[in-house]
Amino acid sequence: MTLGELVNLLGFETLTGEVNLDKEIKSGYVSDLLSDVIANIEEGSVWITIQRHVNVLGVAKLRDILAIIIPRKLELEQEVIERAKSENIAILRDYRPAFEISGLIYNALKRG
Amino acid sequence: MNHPDKEADSKPQFKLEFKIGEKDFSVAGEAASKVKKTLQQLGLRPEEVRNIAIIVYEAVMNVIIHATHGELEVIIVPEKVVVLTEDTGMGIPDLEMAMKEGYSTATHEVREMGFGAGMGLPNIKQCSHKLNIKSQVGVGTVLEAIVYLSSKD
Repeated sequence: MTLGELVNLLGFETLTGEVNLDKEIKSGYVSDLLSDVIANIEEGSVWITIQRHVNVLGVAKLRDILAIIIPRKLELEQEVIERAKSENIAILRDYRPAFEISGLIYNALKRG
Repeated sequence: MNHPDKEADSKPQFKLEFKIGEKDFSVAGEAASKVKKTLQQLGLRPEEVRNIAIIVYEAVMNVIIHATHGELEVIIVPEKVVVLTEDTGMGIPDLEMAMKEGYSTATHEVREMGFGAGMGLPNIKQCSHKLNIKSQVGVGTVLEAIVYLSSKD
């Protein structure tokens, strides 16, 4: 499943426009601890986190993460969004909490 | 404090160097990305690139969080990569505790950003074949992590 297909299926907000929507999602990870994400996330994953500072982009870039998904419609600084675009990292947002979002994505990826 | 691994100095090598300033969080991601790109260009295996990038990120982050300032050196010789950080700062009073997953002396502010989870040194240990740490309380810390490269077929 591509990131774009997932966005259409679950109705996520795309804060970074077209970035990575054509890319295939390999897996997903949920964590707010950056060391945990760095050590355990798979490349090509979507990452659900409430961390929204600019350093999450460093982690995402380092591990080739496709998209960061922000739950509960939390606010982001425009600077972070612009930086994500230039680093080719998608930022998506949803109104649901992380638990629900991860369940929905898990099922979507399992169905393929 | 002496460089614990002198053999790296005597062979042809490729070296990357970075300065690490106080509370300059972005340098960790930048340094690790630059090292990653260089290692990919040199044709290292993906698993080796991943491990070394993680070591660089965590080692630099430790300097940013716990020390005043420092330096990172990544030395690439044919059979291994040496990641070296040297900092001026508070040092590590209890190295055995610092190696334990979940143990951290990071501030609340740093933890709120998702850093300081007490996973940095354990991550470095897991990603490296050899890890040497020399620390002096009130002076600073030298960390050297070595990844031996598998021979290419």
